[in-house]
Amino acid sequence: MLELRNVKSYYGNIQALKGIDIRVSEGEIITLIGANGAGKSTTLMSVCGVVPPRSGEILFMGEPIHGMSPNQIVSLGISQVPEGRRIFPYLTVMENLDMGAFLRNDRVSIREDIDYIFELFPILAERRNQAGGTLSGGEQQMLAISRALMARPRLLLMDEPSLGLAPLVVKRIFEIIRKINEENNTTIFLVEQNANQALKVAHRGYVMETGRVTMSDTADNLLTNEGIRKAYLGM
Amino acid sequence: MEYFLELFLGGLTRGSIYALIALGYTMVYGIIELINFAHGEIYMIGAFTALIVSGVLTLLGWNALAIIVIASIVAVIYSAAYGYTIEKIAYKPLRNAPRLSALISAIGMSLFLQNYVLLAQTSDFLPFPELIPEFGFLEPYSNFIRSSELVIFAVTAAVMLGLTFLIKFTRIGKAMRATAQDKMMASLVGIDVNRVISVTFIVGSATAAIGGVLIASHIGQLNYYIGFIAGIKAFVAAVLGGIGSIPGAVLGSLVLGWTESFFTGYVSSDYEDVFAFLFLVLILIFRPAGILGRSETEKV
Repeated sequence: MLELRNVKSYYGNIQALKGIDIRVSEGEIITLIGANGAGKSTTLMSVCGVVPPRSGEILFMGEPIHGMSPNQIVSLGISQVPEGRRIFPYLTVMENLDMGAFLRNDRVSIREDIDYIFELFPILAERRNQAGGTLSGGEQQMLAISRALMARPRLLLMDEPSLGLAPLVVKRIFEIIRKINEENNTTIFLVEQNANQALKVAHRGYVMETGRVTMSDTADNLLTNEGIRKAYLGM
Repeated sequence: MEYFLELFLGGLTRGSIYALIALGYTMVYGIIELINFAHGEIYMIGAFTALIVSGVLTLLGWNALAIIVIASIVAVIYSAAYGYTIEKIAYKPLRNAPRLSALISAIGMSLFLQNYVLLAQTSDFLPFPELIPEFGFLEPYSNFIRSSELVIFAVTAAVMLGLTFLIKFTRIGKAMRATAQDKMMASLVGIDVNRVISVTFIVGSATAAIGGVLIASHIGQLNYYIGFIAGIKAFVAAVLGGIGSIPGAVLGSLVLGWTESFFTGYVSSDYEDVFAFLFLVLILIFRPAGILGRSETEKV
């Protein structure tokens, strides 16, 4: 479904991705783990067009998407839950959800999706008329996920959804990730520093170090891999 | 009391015109954090366009109402096209450059447009036709209100209402708000940020042009330099109200208009600008973000 071929991306003159290859198949949860500054977020930003790759190819459903603008890429069915949540602080919860459905015109099914989201996260229904910036971190994360879901994405990119959240909330977020994948068959590309949780929920994983993919395997194998356990799982 | 009312209405007139210009400053700043110094020139170009169109139509013998409507519409379209083009030429290529570069580009654009109109027209003040007829029903009050002032209030109020509706309820308005709050996230939900920026320039230029046409027909003359002074004052008003905030721009403009009017009326007309800027300094000392401005908090 998504394929990165020898992608090289730069921030100014700094090369953040030194030629990476990643493949995500339909219906999978793929996780990309690695230390701070390994290039995980840049990988997602390259896919969604915010940091366009300087060379290499990115294919979505077999079509090249590198070089498209972010809004074009979104219209193909790729949504992102960005790092730091990036809720529109002065828009209400409802308006934030509306923005997620910006490219859709089907009012009736938008309404249905909002109901589905309020079922998934009842707290958002309670806070529907509150400004996004007044929500707690966990609520904002739920809103960020919901906003991305409002686009009915075929591929959901998630950047550190567990960052800075309380353990119970983290647990809930990962349950939701699995649920979204199982119920809607949404393909998920998950970037995480919380390697343990991420590998538990994912089917396959990639490991990144300083701009390169150094290992890829099924999530179960990575979980039991001695090197990974030492480096990323703290065992 | 009558004198007070006269000053009050005079201040309201000034404030309305400032508001029509300040909206463009504040909207553009809200979205791309740029002070568009060429904005005052858009206002001036709007007035000149109306002058030329009304001159031609008068020669053709059209009636007054048709002239004012057509001249205003052409002025609005023409100025909007200028605003759109200025953004494309002078600001878009510098979108990722340091902010100072775009600011210098804006000042350059302002000087360019002033001198372009100076060469194309003349440096003299040109008489602007009285497009707005004297209303009979205002006759008894003619001591302190003119019909052009009444038109200015009405048009400004209508523009404000229209703009509020646009921003609150329409799709492009929501996109504008989202873009102002987080440009990158806006693009990640599928908003074409470049289009939103273009629309912002178009809307801001259109309202400035309306201000230009109104004030020119109120005062009855114009030259290439009117955009500079009015632009600076409107910019002050936008900062006073809290730059980036639309209600703030309107409030700041009215406050500035009244300050000028009352000080000129009760103290001295020689110090009009001094009072205006003194007031700006005072407000900024106590409310650095402006009357309705939000103080920027660092995002964590």
